[in-house]
Amino acid sequence: MKPAAFDYHRPTDVVAALALLDAHGADGKVLAGGQSLVAAMNFRLARPGVLIDVNRIAELDYLRVEGGHLRVGALTRHAAFHRPVVDGPLGTLLSRVVEHVAHYPIRQRGTFAGSLAHADPASEWCLTATVLDAEISVRSLRGARSIPASAFFKGTFTTALEPDELITEIRLPLLDAGWRGGFSEFSRRAGDFALAMALAVLRVESGVIRAARLGIGGVADRAIRLHAVEAALVGREATESIFRAAGAEASRAVEPSADIHASSEYRRDLIAAMVARALAEAAA
Amino acid sequence: MNWIGRSLPRLEDPTLLRGHGHYVADLAQDAAHIRFVRSPVARGRILGIEAPEGVTVYTAADLSDVGQIRPVLERPDYVAVGQPVLPSDRVCFAGQAVAFVVADEAAAAEDLAEQIFLDIEPEEPVVDLDAALRPDAVPTHPEAPGNVLVEGRMRTSGLDAAFAGAAAVVELDLRSRRQSAMPMETRGGVARYDQRDRRTTLHASVQMPHMLRTGLADLLGCPEADLRVIAPDVGGGFGQKMSLFPEYVALVWLARHLKRDVAWIEDRRENFLASAHSRDQAFTVRGAFDAQGRLLGLEADLRSNVGAFSCYPVTCGVEPLMAFAELPGPYKVLEYGARSRGVTTNTCTMAPYRGVARPMLTLTMERLMEDAARRLGLDPIEIRRRNLIDSFPHRSPTGLVYDAGSYIAAMEAAVAAVDLPAFRRRQAEALTQGRYLGLGISVFSERTGYGTPAYAARGMAIVPGYEQVDCALDPSGHLELRIGASPHGQGLATALAQLVADELGVVPSQVRVISGDTDRTPYGWGTFASRSMVIAGGASKLASAKVAAKLRAVAACLMEATEAEIDLEGGLARVRGTNRSTPIREIARAAHHRSHLFSDLEGGLRQTAFYDPFGTFSNACHVAEVEVDVDTGGVRIERFLVVEDAGRLINPMIVDGQIHGGVAQGIANALYEEMIYDPDGNLLTASLADYLPPTINEIPKIEIIHMETISDATLTGAKGVGEGGTIGAPAAIVNAIVDALAPFGVAINETPATPERIRAAIRSARENRHE
Repeated sequence: MKPAAFDYHRPTDVVAALALLDAHGADGKVLAGGQSLVAAMNFRLARPGVLIDVNRIAELDYLRVEGGHLRVGALTRHAAFHRPVVDGPLGTLLSRVVEHVAHYPIRQRGTFAGSLAHADPASEWCLTATVLDAEISVRSLRGARSIPASAFFKGTFTTALEPDELITEIRLPLLDAGWRGGFSEFSRRAGDFALAMALAVLRVESGVIRAARLGIGGVADRAIRLHAVEAALVGREATESIFRAAGAEASRAVEPSADIHASSEYRRDLIAAMVARALAEAAA
Repeated sequence: MNWIGRSLPRLEDPTLLRGHGHYVADLAQDAAHIRFVRSPVARGRILGIEAPEGVTVYTAADLSDVGQIRPVLERPDYVAVGQPVLPSDRVCFAGQAVAFVVADEAAAAEDLAEQIFLDIEPEEPVVDLDAALRPDAVPTHPEAPGNVLVEGRMRTSGLDAAFAGAAAVVELDLRSRRQSAMPMETRGGVARYDQRDRRTTLHASVQMPHMLRTGLADLLGCPEADLRVIAPDVGGGFGQKMSLFPEYVALVWLARHLKRDVAWIEDRRENFLASAHSRDQAFTVRGAFDAQGRLLGLEADLRSNVGAFSCYPVTCGVEPLMAFAELPGPYKVLEYGARSRGVTTNTCTMAPYRGVARPMLTLTMERLMEDAARRLGLDPIEIRRRNLIDSFPHRSPTGLVYDAGSYIAAMEAAVAAVDLPAFRRRQAEALTQGRYLGLGISVFSERTGYGTPAYAARGMAIVPGYEQVDCALDPSGHLELRIGASPHGQGLATALAQLVADELGVVPSQVRVISGDTDRTPYGWGTFASRSMVIAGGASKLASAKVAAKLRAVAACLMEATEAEIDLEGGLARVRGTNRSTPIREIARAAHHRSHLFSDLEGGLRQTAFYDPFGTFSNACHVAEVEVDVDTGGVRIERFLVVEDAGRLINPMIVDGQIHGGVAQGIANALYEEMIYDPDGNLLTASLADYLPPTINEIPKIEIIHMETISDATLTGAKGVGEGGTIGAPAAIVNAIVDALAPFGVAINETPATPERIRAAIRSARENRHE
């Protein structure tokens, strides 16, 4: 459990980082928090020839509200979200979700953008980005582009990011005061990867659901947006039985993955429970 | 001053907590590093081992003069299998070391190991316990065609009559899934060759340094004096570090071969793959009860998956034979029949793990009592009351003699402390809100501090059990206690210092305990099996009493009194009834430097004592309160109470620490940890991402109530307490889950009771109800 040999660079500006990525292509790997990458390297499951450490690039270290978005710079650590980073439902929801991102020490180091680039199927932030329609800004020497979350995640540890591209920012649309978020996750131990999780954002007026966004994670090769369940919720009363029905529908909407911690059948049960609970929390 | 019974802060802790401890990896700085090349398959024939040009790989051919690890039980039902340090022709489990390379740095050694190609022709392995017992199963070893390496059998004459006359017969199938002891520090060693005296010193993270030296000398064919084994600070063992492993033999061989320092620091993946596993057991039991709930007879078929080889020195008999001998536990079992088999498979070798077979046999008896109570309409506390042993000494059907304990009293104290009626009200109230609370109890005995008779009874060719202690008072009035036991985190140095301080009238900080070094301590068996306080403690008491006697004799001479008039206390020798006293350090000085004055006195200030007791039984009752989330199968432990009777408490805080740690590992067993192999014998849980020890988030506050039954079975009045937490917790938690799920009529008889298993049980109960 010692990593294979690698070269190490620590650029201090984005352009220098992009030049290194351009020079090394698929052999180069961006090191941000390193909380997944370094463990994978120690197991020799990842063996990049070149590590490009972006931790000294000050221009990527920011978190601000601008133009109706929360703009999350690529060096923003998970721990930044412990307290609401923005007034209103978005900040509250993010602080609720971050409690489930691994453990406290990991949250001090790991980054929001790193989670998205890593694209673990059980990543809370990947689910959050998917449900909240995040936009992911990436740059390379070839230029800059913005990728919607719906097009970003391609599968387990696989994204639309090209080998020479660096995530520079994630933009999350703000939620106005009419929205409420709910999140529910089940894992074997506190801080473990989710066996299933659900994130819901609802607009409820006079007890009736006017708008809904809903997604699940940890159950397939990427977070899944449940558009059909969302549509079915709109116009319905925000009641426990409606939420349970939505959970049941969600559990039928996917073919859940199976591993040693949870069979596909068991994950269906968990999806039903997590969706119902996330919706109930959002409506509370 | 009485030091026994005080919660003295551990003398070991300032060093450990400040980071001044020395673990094996701290000693590896300048050594070359070994990397083992391990079998990627569970079973296969070795066709060749290929290394690129310029890379030296060591294989079985290099170690042709080295013997095999081949522990023996002298019993007709035992099949001895030899484990080569490196195999020459076949591999028996995935992860078995097949070859090794050496480099200046650990990472470079790992790079080299990747370049070694093991040409192994895979064969169909046998992995699962019950599959290995099928008549058509492939033998893991040709010596054992039916895959049974050891088999205990007995049947009392009245067993059939007991079942014929029973009001209720309760049958259970129980399964305990495989676990790793998972010490925080993995295995590791640094072997240093000394050109000057041609000796090799192995610093290793082990529990039995003397036994390791014997094993190494036997296998390497050298005098023991050519070797020295030192266990430095050891970061947990829990039984996993008792055995002689091939890696240590290879390491010492290489140091002698290269005449240089070499190190092997195991990584976590290796530890999971190839150190030792345990608890892979399946029990099928039947209990015959009369209408009053008395257990008339117990019949059991006990199977233990012992893995690929037999661990040295305790052998693969450790789990099956303990299960066989101790299944009745704290209950009066009038008639008993059992068959207990140790079954070999192409999996990592089983070795002792804290509790050994007892977590499973306690789960078995406690599930049996619960089921019988339900069947007979009895209160589960009452049925235990009717069956728990209550007169002492008690002789079990397997011939074990239980010294005085507090089996019923401990249970009553536990039930009173949790206020059972109040819990039942809370439980009923919660149920109306769709919440499922449960309470479970577990009553058990813990056989501890046993000497050679217990091991001889198993037929062990190497019979552990006694301890020797060498106690010396130096001219400055300080004591050195050299012990054969080898504590590794238990706080034994503190507890022994308290014990000895009381014998000699000094303070514990004047007592230096020396352990874990074959050059500096008398031959002994190390620390395992909840034995050290009882046995090393007893020997320490005897040795220090001899020194105290000499001190009194010298003091009597110096102060012109009789020995019987001398009291040793507060650092002074006092003549009782007078104001005359002399500091002990002056007496020590005089005894060393003016010995001509005392030439007619027998003995010296350096004394050795030997202690080899039959053993003693601690007892306890655990109570768990849980809430089960029926939608997910998740379990939260709301409360955990232990009523423990470990006899006299030398240091109550240390005892509490043993209980806390034990219960945490019991919770791991009950709910979380499971080593999983796929059908091809590949380990699927070879990292901490997949093998799930509980963290502080999963461990509740553990409440402890002590009882102190002083029996005559030990010299100090102390009983062992190292394993009880681990033994009792799984049964209490599983019973609590079953209690919580009583509305569904769900039975859980498998550990760990994972959320998926609980959820599956609920689902199938609901489906059955719908039918």
